[in-house]
Amino acid sequence: MQDVFFYIFAGLALLCGALVIANPVSRNPVTSAMFLVLTIVSLAGLFVLLHAFFLAAVQVLVYAGAVIVLFLFVIMLLDLKEEERRRIKLFMAGLAVLAVGTIAAVMIRTIKLAHPAGTLARVRVEGSADALGRMLFSSNFALPFELVSLLLLVAMIGAILLSKKDLR
Amino acid sequence: MSAIDLPHYLIVSALLFCLGLLGVIVRRNVLIIYMSLELMLNAGNLALVAASRFNNNLNGQIMVFFIITVAAAEVAVGLALIVALYRRRQTTHVEDLTTLKF
Repeated sequence: MQDVFFYIFAGLALLCGALVIANPVSRNPVTSAMFLVLTIVSLAGLFVLLHAFFLAAVQVLVYAGAVIVLFLFVIMLLDLKEEERRRIKLFMAGLAVLAVGTIAAVMIRTIKLAHPAGTLARVRVEGSADALGRMLFSSNFALPFELVSLLLLVAMIGAILLSKKDLR
Repeated sequence: MSAIDLPHYLIVSALLFCLGLLGVIVRRNVLIIYMSLELMLNAGNLALVAASRFNNNLNGQIMVFFIITVAAAEVAVGLALIVALYRRRQTTHVEDLTTLKF
């Protein structure tokens, strides 16, 4: 049963990921953003299969809830009708596919060589909010946790400054 | 016990990363390039969570937690930059943004 779900979610993630970058029907960025939501939700499904329940929730909340909404706001703020008409150069696209395909082949070959299937059997780790929270507030990760809050503050101030009208 | 092992997840992650890379190379709209970057970040997250699960170690998931936080901050700043750029140049097409090119 879990295997079936793995193949469903993995296939959905890859299919929607492909539709984010190259949609044969529409070249509208809004469509890409919608398929990005689907990719992220199927990745959250994979996280649940990996027993990372807290991260699955955070993934949906932060990515589908905040990041994509931000993307949609910006897409609708900018009027992009003129952008849709331009075509991609086919020769360049073919070269890019060749290069990235080579990288993918190297990666998959490396993974197959490094991890012969069936060697990892006993897994016990559970990514519940309880376990993750205890680790996050332990002495190992307390400092990075506080620094991240500072980073969020800096990003917020930066975004406000960049959005000011008279940016110099 | 499920037959799905670490390599399965890593291969999905690698393919998703390559899709994102392809998007960054092929597409010419800054917003789509940015979405492809998010795709690559998510592929990395999937690899980290899978490695964490199959190595019985929660550190990978803590790292993914931090990556999601930093990615959210990065999206906020990056989109503010894109809006500022659009306001000045009236375009989101990378071939029109060649001020830094020799």
